[in-house]
Amino acid sequence: MRYLPLTDTDRGEMLAKIGAKSIDDLFVDVPEVARLDGPIRDLPMHASEMAVERHMKRLAGKSTVAGDVPFFLGAGAYRHHVPASVDTVIQRGEFLTAYTPYQPEIAQGTLQMLFEFQTQVANLYGCAVANASLYDGSTACWEAVAMATRVTKKNRAVLSGALHPHYSEVVKTMAKFTGDAIADSAPAIQAEPDNAGLISRIDDETACVVVQYPDILGRITDLAPIAEAAHEKGALLVVVNTEPVALGAIKSPGEMGADIVVGEGQSIGVGLQFGGPYLGLFAVRDPKHVRQMPGRLCGETVDAEGKRGFVLTLSTREQHIRREKATSNICTNSGLCALAFSVHMTLLGEKGLRELAAENHRLACLAADRLVKVPGVSLLNNSFFNEFTIMLDGKPAREVVRALADRGVLGGVSLGRLYPGVERLQQALLVAVTETTTQDDIETLATQLEALIKEDAQ
Amino acid sequence: MNAPNKSGWKPQMEVADATGEAVTNTGNRALMLEEPLLFEIGHAETTGVDLPEIDPAAPSRLGGLKREEPIGLVGLTEPETVRHYTRLSRQNYGIDLGFFPLGSCTMKHNPRLNEKMARLPGFADVHPLQPVSTVQGALEVMNELAHWLLDLTGMNAVAMSPKAGAHGELCGILSIRAALEARGDAREVVLVPESAHGTNPATAAFANYRVENIPATPQGRVDLEALKARLGPDVAAVMITNPNTCGLFEPDLREISDAVHEAGGFVYCDGANFNAIVGRVRPGDLGVDAMHINLHKTFSTPHGGGGPGSGPVVLSEALAPFMPLPYTARTKDGVVHLIEEEQADDFAREHFGGEMSSFGRMTAFHGQMGMFTRALTYMLSHGADGLKQVAEDAVLNANYILRSLEDLLHAPYADSGPCMHEALFGDKDFGNGLSTLDLAKGMIDEGFHPMTVYFPLVVHGAMLVEPTETESKASIDQFITAFRSLAERAIAGDESLKQAPYFAPRRRLDETAAARKPKLKWEAPEA
Repeated sequence: MRYLPLTDTDRGEMLAKIGAKSIDDLFVDVPEVARLDGPIRDLPMHASEMAVERHMKRLAGKSTVAGDVPFFLGAGAYRHHVPASVDTVIQRGEFLTAYTPYQPEIAQGTLQMLFEFQTQVANLYGCAVANASLYDGSTACWEAVAMATRVTKKNRAVLSGALHPHYSEVVKTMAKFTGDAIADSAPAIQAEPDNAGLISRIDDETACVVVQYPDILGRITDLAPIAEAAHEKGALLVVVNTEPVALGAIKSPGEMGADIVVGEGQSIGVGLQFGGPYLGLFAVRDPKHVRQMPGRLCGETVDAEGKRGFVLTLSTREQHIRREKATSNICTNSGLCALAFSVHMTLLGEKGLRELAAENHRLACLAADRLVKVPGVSLLNNSFFNEFTIMLDGKPAREVVRALADRGVLGGVSLGRLYPGVERLQQALLVAVTETTTQDDIETLATQLEALIKEDAQ
Repeated sequence: MNAPNKSGWKPQMEVADATGEAVTNTGNRALMLEEPLLFEIGHAETTGVDLPEIDPAAPSRLGGLKREEPIGLVGLTEPETVRHYTRLSRQNYGIDLGFFPLGSCTMKHNPRLNEKMARLPGFADVHPLQPVSTVQGALEVMNELAHWLLDLTGMNAVAMSPKAGAHGELCGILSIRAALEARGDAREVVLVPESAHGTNPATAAFANYRVENIPATPQGRVDLEALKARLGPDVAAVMITNPNTCGLFEPDLREISDAVHEAGGFVYCDGANFNAIVGRVRPGDLGVDAMHINLHKTFSTPHGGGGPGSGPVVLSEALAPFMPLPYTARTKDGVVHLIEEEQADDFAREHFGGEMSSFGRMTAFHGQMGMFTRALTYMLSHGADGLKQVAEDAVLNANYILRSLEDLLHAPYADSGPCMHEALFGDKDFGNGLSTLDLAKGMIDEGFHPMTVYFPLVVHGAMLVEPTETESKASIDQFITAFRSLAERAIAGDESLKQAPYFAPRRRLDETAAARKPKLKWEAPEA
């Protein structure tokens, strides 16, 4: 077998050294009842590289590739162009096949990269400190709620109705078991988020308020009044961002007073990948909160000769030291995705990120203007970055999305998919536009949408 | 005084003369290149991508929240970017470079076919919320992988969404909690062996359980009688690692499972060490109720300098109805379904003959697709026969190392019979105040990645060596020779080890200073 270097001669010599007659002697501790008499039945035997490739390609051919069709899906995962050099870097064996940098003398590559990544994320979010990544945005969101509980010693979280419903579900799932109380609701269909309603739900028992920015409907709102209201009641403001490219155009959550900023980093460097692996970003505005943060942190120090170097630090927060008293149970995080993010962000730089954001917004404005010209379509948002909500007059958006797919257009995410059973949201369609969208794509979507609506009317 | 000793090692001063004094103008040493921080070489105005210039007159619908202040990012052009990261990469040790016997982490070769397959656009360029009819290929991968995992473990259901081992542990423990609560049984305690991974107690605590330790026998195994005596109506679950973290198989696991079940609890098995038994032993045959599988260990998806991992959880029949959503299932007509909240009950009634009582959702989407394609590619390559050989060679290599060093190094469980896929040693015979850390740093100079150190906690100065099956005998023999030389020096009290490593890109780093005044982000030097 091509991955196994031992020869039968090697095996014989090694067994002799061990003093065993056969390999079975090494498995004597396995009880009789659990011993198998040969390779597991019903599974295929080994296969050549060529045969495996053929099989996998056949499976891959059964999905519609986002890049092959007009594509408008977002809702927490965005399709952006990733420069070729990103993949080249992350496939270098020294990064790809390294472990968590527990031996810093021979892991300075990963560690320096993480230090740079933490700086990029912290600055993007307008925060003081970012960690070395978590699994994804939704789990980072839960970690933020858990951290707010530790910081405030209160356990009631108020979730904005316009937080991604899957993020809310993750938070509610975890809270069921930890005894935290969660209050939330589905979003109201209106041009502006209901900030007054959200603020009215904050009281002295509130540990944190969780707000998405831009929110699930694509709306952008000033976070400063929410931050102020939260702080007045001794609560933290947790801001969730699922589209980091937006922060090249709109104010950072940190500068509007967010205490913990978390998000999904997938847009930069990582790709769609059918939902994972993604990249959880986590940052705090106030450095005094750093010891309550979850996950790994990389810090600067010097070596015995006085040269600058980097190490994982403050690990007394972590499970391998603190065990049941750790701030989180997380161990493996999203290191290689953090590298991809960091390389892509380095290629962009401040200038490139701002240009990328501007191009996304320009095309999104074009798309919104074109789609509202389709009879029976209206735009919900007053404000948006690269994703907005349109209302399909009298039409269930979920069926429209399926019909569009049959016509070779991946036309968006229906809110019906995200909020099954919430009647008022069934006619809403989320449309995301990025730099990868062409004007032809927009025209195709508009034309097909119009044709579908007409067909139904007849 | 400068004569080499028996192991060929020369005293410290000569080493320093040979490497420490030569001065170059740049600070570089030929192929060993120093690299500044990105923020010291990049500029806000530099970019490595070609995008349209911003039109200041373009319409803006950003709600009046335009970002005016500098963000604090810098860019490099493409050639500078590639060079920056290539230089950084060369300061890293990886499996591609050499032997990486990090116990408990299973640092095996990462086949490049896996990488190639994961990048097929039909897997990599697919959105998680596309209509189900347009993602059948991706769902089939999940379903095929699930089929392999169930057959290899002898279990009944698999939750694919957990993102890594610790997330999988949480999934398993929450399934157990949900199953207990469904029968109105409020139990408060989870029992965990002292030798367990730190994630086990952290997970149990996160799920609001009180953690109690299970004692071990002097032979390094769970003390069955003590465990039985502790079982009772307050114990929700026992978390066991098998093979355990001392590298030994737990021969009593079946009996433990029976006792736990009789007391109304569940058995969680930490699958971190599955590589030792894959294709040879099915945990389901040992009475396990839930077990996570680190695809980034046993099934060779790359560790990537700390993730991403993937931790699907196999579950027994008793726990299956409680698993998190979404999940995938293939019906008799061959179509793969993605089961989300709204269809869960109907689907379960129709196909599983019961209601779904999912404990909830663990992550935004369906799990680590990129890892699923890699793991499935690896499984298909090995096949059932190859995977069995994986376990056998991994165990053979570890026993070979154990028996090649036990005469010299303290091997606390050498008399407990054969080890599984990792060999455990301790530092109690070291002289002159030398410790495991010193030996590990010496190993860096010898060109190896050190073994896992100071874990498990039950052995003084633990050194946990996991060779995996992807090393040749020549590679292992070279490691044994180097290890013996280092052990001899440590036992003899060779103080030069206290300054090791000498040849790495950095000497020992001051971790105390890093923690005392944390510097976690680059700041511009004051003008």
